[in-house]
Amino acid sequence: MLLQFDKDGIYCAQAGVYIDPWKPVDKAIITHAHSDHARWGSHSYLAHHDSGNILRYRLGADIQLQTIGYQEPLTINGVRISLHPAGHIIGSSQVRLEYQGEVWVVSGDYKVMPDGLTTPFEPVPCHHFVTESTFGLPIYHFPEAPDLNASLVDWCLRCLGSGKSCILIGYSLGKAQRILHALEGIGFPVILHGAIYNTNDALGWNNEPYVRYSAGIGKSIRGPVIVVAPPSAVGSPWLRQFEPYELGVCSGWMQLRGARRRRNADVGFVMSDHADWRGLNEAVLATGAENIYVTHGYKSIFAKWLSGQYGLNAQTVDTLYEGEALEQQDADAGREEGAST
Amino acid sequence: MRGFTDLYYELDATTKTSSKVETLTRYFLSAKPEDSIWAIALLIGNRPKRPVKTNDLKAWATELAGIPAWLFDDAYSVVGDLAETITLLIDSQSVAGSATGLNELMQELQTISVLPDTGKKEKILSYWRVLPPRELYIFNKLITGAFRVGVSKLLVFKALAKAYGIDEKVIAHRFIGNWKPDTISLTDLLKEDETGDTISRPYPFCLAYALDVELESLGSIEEWQIERKYDGIRGQIIVRRGELFVWSRGEELLTDKFPEFGELTSCLPDGTVIDGEILPIVDGQIRSFNQMQKRTTRKALTKKILQEIPLKMVCYDLLEKDGKDLRDLPLQERRRSLEDIVVGSKAWHSSLELAPLLHAGAWSELDALRNDAKAVGCEGLMLKRKDSNYETGRKRGKWWKWKVDPYSIDAVLIYAQAGHGRRANLFTDYTFAVWDGDVLVPFTKAYSGLTDKELIELDAWIKRNTIEKFGPVRSVTPHWVFEIAFEGINESPRHKSGIALRFPRISRWRRDKALSEANTKKDLLNLLHATS
Repeated sequence: MLLQFDKDGIYCAQAGVYIDPWKPVDKAIITHAHSDHARWGSHSYLAHHDSGNILRYRLGADIQLQTIGYQEPLTINGVRISLHPAGHIIGSSQVRLEYQGEVWVVSGDYKVMPDGLTTPFEPVPCHHFVTESTFGLPIYHFPEAPDLNASLVDWCLRCLGSGKSCILIGYSLGKAQRILHALEGIGFPVILHGAIYNTNDALGWNNEPYVRYSAGIGKSIRGPVIVVAPPSAVGSPWLRQFEPYELGVCSGWMQLRGARRRRNADVGFVMSDHADWRGLNEAVLATGAENIYVTHGYKSIFAKWLSGQYGLNAQTVDTLYEGEALEQQDADAGREEGAST
Repeated sequence: MRGFTDLYYELDATTKTSSKVETLTRYFLSAKPEDSIWAIALLIGNRPKRPVKTNDLKAWATELAGIPAWLFDDAYSVVGDLAETITLLIDSQSVAGSATGLNELMQELQTISVLPDTGKKEKILSYWRVLPPRELYIFNKLITGAFRVGVSKLLVFKALAKAYGIDEKVIAHRFIGNWKPDTISLTDLLKEDETGDTISRPYPFCLAYALDVELESLGSIEEWQIERKYDGIRGQIIVRRGELFVWSRGEELLTDKFPEFGELTSCLPDGTVIDGEILPIVDGQIRSFNQMQKRTTRKALTKKILQEIPLKMVCYDLLEKDGKDLRDLPLQERRRSLEDIVVGSKAWHSSLELAPLLHAGAWSELDALRNDAKAVGCEGLMLKRKDSNYETGRKRGKWWKWKVDPYSIDAVLIYAQAGHGRRANLFTDYTFAVWDGDVLVPFTKAYSGLTDKELIELDAWIKRNTIEKFGPVRSVTPHWVFEIAFEGINESPRHKSGIALRFPRISRWRRDKALSEANTKKDLLNLLHATS
């Protein structure tokens, strides 16, 4: 076995590298910069060019980091390693490892549907495929980006038209940029929570069209505004200054009524950076892999389905990845919020 | 059904009472009357029987979605709602709304139940294939279990009153009882007409809020009537045109369950409606609620059980006298008339009793009275303003209930299961245990009492501290102690622990208590013996 799942992460002994380790290790390949995949403390990191700045921003400016492009293989001790687009967030990669004809792909988090922003997912043929299963149930069918963006803009305009502000909730890395992309040219002031503003900076996004949140900003702008904030902002007192407002939450979990209601969202937008049921199935089949390792999400259900439906050798693997956490705090939001208020 | 679907989603999207009433009023003004009557029935919970079996629906949806049955079950346990699960699995791509009216749809659903299985399937699938997602969800809600919307009956009546310019109280009275939307028209229901079915019609019950203000703030104690609060079945006894009707607070007609009251047609004058509590009373002693349940859940009422657990009504209000509605008279006057009727009747001390009035010279004496209540099988006290009219539904200020403090016990969380509906996908149904030596024995489940924030925190903890999974149930590391409050304790051969609690709920998360400080089985047994 070229890869092993050990107590520190997904390990390739031949190359001496870990992929998305959850403990500090010597060499770490990082699929993407979300905090459950990119953890602090490893000696050296390898990731895609587009993840570079955000990793330095999140893990520290002094980390030892090498970045490469998609499909630019490098070889370590006979193992040929390359990155391929995962379509999850900007810079997200699948990691392909090949040694003596055996090919493994660790997909990290991925989505198959293009979002108009991220380099689209590319299936990579392999023998062993490590897949997430965040939305690995046949109840999850996500809308296409153009339809989703249109409904988001519609809602904002209706809300703003009735004199109310719109608060849109999404992760600061990934979801927030998709929201801003959808809102381009909407013609109303857009206020960003500090975590999102800083993430944009780290991504090299143009922050010029936006206003960074500061205390009292709600009162200083006349008329309704759009506010984009991370999940931790829901229920926090600083949102009150934007009253009257409506709350729109962007998450794959918004597909379920119960989740929508628990969040007290006026509206839920089914926006996810993960693959839905169809996407997961397509992705797995497109690799042609016989051996599937199912990680974070509905893993036992999805593995059972893959074995029963397609006769694949599918098994579950325990990891510390979290997928799309609805109830938990956005990784950096707490810190940023403190800084901005 | 498009109009009804829009209504549902609009009601669902707001928590404000005023906008709910507005939305409802707008619907009643714009919908066809034959659709409105169904909407009213569905909103106030007067729904027809399910036309198809749940298992059939599951099988057909599974087939349509092309998945194995186990996957349907897993999906269902995550979603927590059958109608929503089916809707999501079907994943409708349809965009056109359906032209079928609510009335037409409901009528058709009624006819489905008599079709052979293949016919049923064909019909249901013909809807599943064409309805767009929102309507599909509503359709599935209509053919599966509970159709619940976040509106109370009172709000529906308020909107009807607004839409039709009729007094709210009159509306509430006309729409109470067991009318069927397919046999009566909206116009007939709205018409004042005391014929046919309507002689059985009860009045909407007046309900009290739990006392949450200082007694002293209620003014002079002289202005208040003090009664015991009974722990039986709240009911209304109606005698009209020589016929007897017994209604429960849940608006179920229970006349046949209580043969005791059969004598009343000859004891009470026509046009009498009494409000009171139906209770098992033997030799002047109120028996436990447990006995009451034994009696009411029995399908066949044998002579033996009738003798063993005889029921009486403890009367506390008179709503109609000589066919005249007394609800706007002050309580004091209604009470006088009630006393005249009950005491003057042959049924007094047979099937009817009069609720005694308690007297206290000062508010400070009330606490003692309240604690005495438990000793005579009551739950606490009722405080009713002597000048109060008989309100429709729950209103603040005129009537208060003041219950005795509940029992409580500290217990350890040992199992958890995901909830349903709003709590789907969260571990919110808990099983608690007490110590028996060094073993934790489960004794009760509890579902409510924690805040949303606590639920989410506990859910995350449960997911990290699962020991084993048995189907949907997880056993967790014994760690947290919770204070469980409950209203009563009874022996129960059906439960493993041998006891059953009434209304158990979580009153506090005792983070301050160590595992060893939880109560023991012996503590529970002591409580059981002390109360029975």
